[in-house]
Amino acid sequence: MTFFDTHALEFLVFLPVVAAVVILLVPAERPSVVLRIAWAAGALMLVGSLYVFVRYDYTQGGFQLVHQYRWLDQLGISLKLAVDGISTPMVLLTGVVIFAGTLVSWNIGQSHEGTGEHGGVPTTRQRNKDFFILLFLLVSGVFGTFVSVDLFFLFFFYELAVIPMYLLIGVWGSSSTFPTFSRTKEYSAMKLVLYLVGGSILAWVAILAIYVVSQAGTFDIEVLSEVSFDPGFQRTFFPFLLVGFGVLAGLWPFHTWSPDGHVAAPTAVSMLHAGVLMKLGAFGIIRVGMTLLPEGATTWMPVLFGVATVNVLYGAISAMHQQDLKYVVGYSSVSHMGYVLMGLATMEPIGVAGAVLQMFSHGVMTALFFALVGVVYDRAHLRDIGVLEGLAKRMGWTATFFVIVGLTSLGLPGLSGFVAELLVFIGAFRTQPVLAILGIVGAAVTAVYILRLLAKVFFGPVSPRWEGLPDAKPLEAFAASILTASIVFVGLYPLPFIRMINTGVKALLDRVSGA
Amino acid sequence: MSVDFTLLLPEFLVAGLAFLVLTVDFFLPPHRRNGVTASVTAVGMVGLALFSALFLQGKSDSLYQGVFLVDSFSTFFKAFFLVLGAGVVLMSVEFVRKHLTHPGEFYALITLSVLAMMLMAAAGELLTAYISLELLSFTLYVLVSFAREDPRSNEAGTKYILLGAFSSGLLLYGISLVYGSLGTTHYLDIATRLFPSQMAPTTLAGLALIVAGLGFKMAAVPFHMWAPDIYEGAPTPVTAHLAVASKAAVFALVLRLFSQAFIPALDQWQIIVAILAAITMTVGNLVAITQHNIKRLLAYSSIAQVGYLLVGVAALSHAASNAIILHLAGYAFSNLAAFMVVIVYFNLTGKEEIKEFAGLGQRHPFAAMVMAAALFSLAGLPFFAGFITKFYLFTAAAQAGLLWLAGLAITNSLISLYYYLVVIRQMYIEKPEDAAPLRVPVLSMGVLALLVAGVFFVGVYPRPLVDVIQNASEVILPAVTALAAGR
Repeated sequence: MTFFDTHALEFLVFLPVVAAVVILLVPAERPSVVLRIAWAAGALMLVGSLYVFVRYDYTQGGFQLVHQYRWLDQLGISLKLAVDGISTPMVLLTGVVIFAGTLVSWNIGQSHEGTGEHGGVPTTRQRNKDFFILLFLLVSGVFGTFVSVDLFFLFFFYELAVIPMYLLIGVWGSSSTFPTFSRTKEYSAMKLVLYLVGGSILAWVAILAIYVVSQAGTFDIEVLSEVSFDPGFQRTFFPFLLVGFGVLAGLWPFHTWSPDGHVAAPTAVSMLHAGVLMKLGAFGIIRVGMTLLPEGATTWMPVLFGVATVNVLYGAISAMHQQDLKYVVGYSSVSHMGYVLMGLATMEPIGVAGAVLQMFSHGVMTALFFALVGVVYDRAHLRDIGVLEGLAKRMGWTATFFVIVGLTSLGLPGLSGFVAELLVFIGAFRTQPVLAILGIVGAAVTAVYILRLLAKVFFGPVSPRWEGLPDAKPLEAFAASILTASIVFVGLYPLPFIRMINTGVKALLDRVSGA
Repeated sequence: MSVDFTLLLPEFLVAGLAFLVLTVDFFLPPHRRNGVTASVTAVGMVGLALFSALFLQGKSDSLYQGVFLVDSFSTFFKAFFLVLGAGVVLMSVEFVRKHLTHPGEFYALITLSVLAMMLMAAAGELLTAYISLELLSFTLYVLVSFAREDPRSNEAGTKYILLGAFSSGLLLYGISLVYGSLGTTHYLDIATRLFPSQMAPTTLAGLALIVAGLGFKMAAVPFHMWAPDIYEGAPTPVTAHLAVASKAAVFALVLRLFSQAFIPALDQWQIIVAILAAITMTVGNLVAITQHNIKRLLAYSSIAQVGYLLVGVAALSHAASNAIILHLAGYAFSNLAAFMVVIVYFNLTGKEEIKEFAGLGQRHPFAAMVMAAALFSLAGLPFFAGFITKFYLFTAAAQAGLLWLAGLAITNSLISLYYYLVVIRQMYIEKPEDAAPLRVPVLSMGVLALLVAGVFFVGVYPRPLVDVIQNASEVILPAVTALAAGR
């Protein structure tokens, strides 16, 4: 192993922290310097995650790029970083989304991003410096969760990824007004944080129970996965992990924070949160729940299957009835995360692999969705589907990307969503054909609301109101192209991804059948 | 057996420091009193902390037939209390100049309170522990009512004396019952004479009264009613001292008492302490939600923290003792940091309502950052001290078979996050009435920086601290290790 291999994962986890500290030292009066540092850091994160992705040898499988530091011997905690076939794509996803996210955040602190009350004058508390510090702490938590093979640190980083959200939404977010009620950004921020921390209570209790019952005196996941827990214990505590982490994955009926929170958040945060953080939840179910408590998983997966179907349908139907462009995307995330959960619930190699691929695919796709909605909102200052129409004439690039991402969302072959959902459906048909059909119905509903949206907002009659609406800037188009390229690459050539994911999934499901 | 009286040197030196401060104060012109006496006290305490740590390092002895114990446990706490005392003195300088008179007496009383805490950690016998606790209480009675012109401070002092005397009575009655039925007040003798299977009702009553008396001193629910009023009324640095150092001292006493004397009857009192812990944290957190005054909020939050610490006492073991001490250290940094922001803000604006913190993030980003870090740490979020200390504490509870209590404590952390976020919302999201930037004096900035550095240090790299703590709790818990092996 070269020096880079040994330290690649630390680099990913600590680079955002270092970047945050560097930005802290830049005077607040120099927003353009802050922005350049943020872009450089984002680019380095993308490069780092690509490096990890390329270096992962899927012919070998298992945990790679392992590096371990002693941290607290008294409790058996060590900072153990490693990636396997499941976390490597997630690392790449994080790199791609954060780079795109920093690019589209060029106007943080310059415009009035949604607060509407400052009329475009930057105020100190909206300055981009604080925004990027918090954003990078969030990213550090995300990378950390994906690459930690120690329960303590997995949980440490998982919680770390929640803290900055309150301020990111509360300060830089936007409130929404509905005919009969309104959702203030403060409300949404509090709701999101309390839901997610509430979920982590359950996860924390289960982690403590696992630690104590194993009597291994360590939080090392590799060591703990050798322990075979009593089936009764597994059945009792698997739901703790399933619901605890599931909250972040948008598990119905604990999903309501997701549309509110993602809509209220500023663009880059929505991209990162819907694109990557929701995957942390699904990842937690895989890494902790299914890995350590396989028999508990076997018992409870049929229940998850049913709930996941509700997720798919409920999310899709809710999305269909939204008037706010961002809420449509928010609910579509709930719906698409349902496919991830459904894939996991199959406990079939194909289905689980599809779920992981869907995590990647949906991450990139929803990030692109939110980026484009952000562009529209930034120019038009509203997101009402009833008012926005015929934007394709004015915003050619934005419309093009929106069409691509919309087609990905409804599962057009050749784009990433198709591959992933196909795998999930194949797995689902083998286990629960009836629910699988309902899942496909969900995909049909998706097609309805996406096509209707495209037709109205982008290709409807040209309204004079949107005369002179500027298109996406080259910078934003560049960010969108990176995300689009990922979508198309996975859609046309999914083989490297699937091979990589399969090594991880095989190891996971071997434990289930062996247990 | 010859008695090595040099082991009392740190205590004598601390007492000497208090009188030195008074003497120095006497010879100074009024305008220089505050600065000089504060410097003498702070430098003296830090120096004595270093001296005690080095001088007593590795020493283990008992003076006067086990009345006064010198071991790694008491040495750790002596240094810890001296550092906390120095911290409170530094936090007070600006406040005393602006709002109080008689600085010499103020700092001397703080020094004496630290002396009392040091004795509490070293006491190996109930009456010595009681007298040390009384010395602490008496210094605190005076300190609480130190703002003579402020009726709130006077009221707080009066309440504190009345309720403090009442709780001392309970404690003393409990001690007398224990002495009456067991014939000893020495911790180690109590342990050998306590037969859990055939415990006399008087012993049980004595135990219950001791728990109640100490519960008053640490402000555990239902013995907490005095705390919020007194926290609100006392001068803010004194509130910080009450909330942090005096609580830590009570827990040092409790840890030694429970682990050296009462451990054989663990099965009898475990459930009682566990219930006390459950009620304390739940009530503390729920009532904190409704508070409008930042000092009252922090008062209730510190009641909740007592609940978490009691979780550790209920789960008493070597790991739990480590966890309690670590949590005390992390809590000390976090809570002092939060109080320091309150003091700084009060010095500059005279405001202490939560609403009045609106826009602090804009007016003084650093102070707001310290407050946010302190509150997140108190809520138990990662990167800050509170995460690892709570994790350790709840892991120890789970190991002792109290997973339900650990779960309740974790749930309580969620409740606390809500009201901490309310403060953070005011600081960062709400607009200030007056947006003028605040100018914080250099000394206060330095104290803020030190405290927040401590919050991060414990949160990110706790190993060196835990190593020291483990060494400290090893001496008080041989009994538990033997017990665990015997099970």
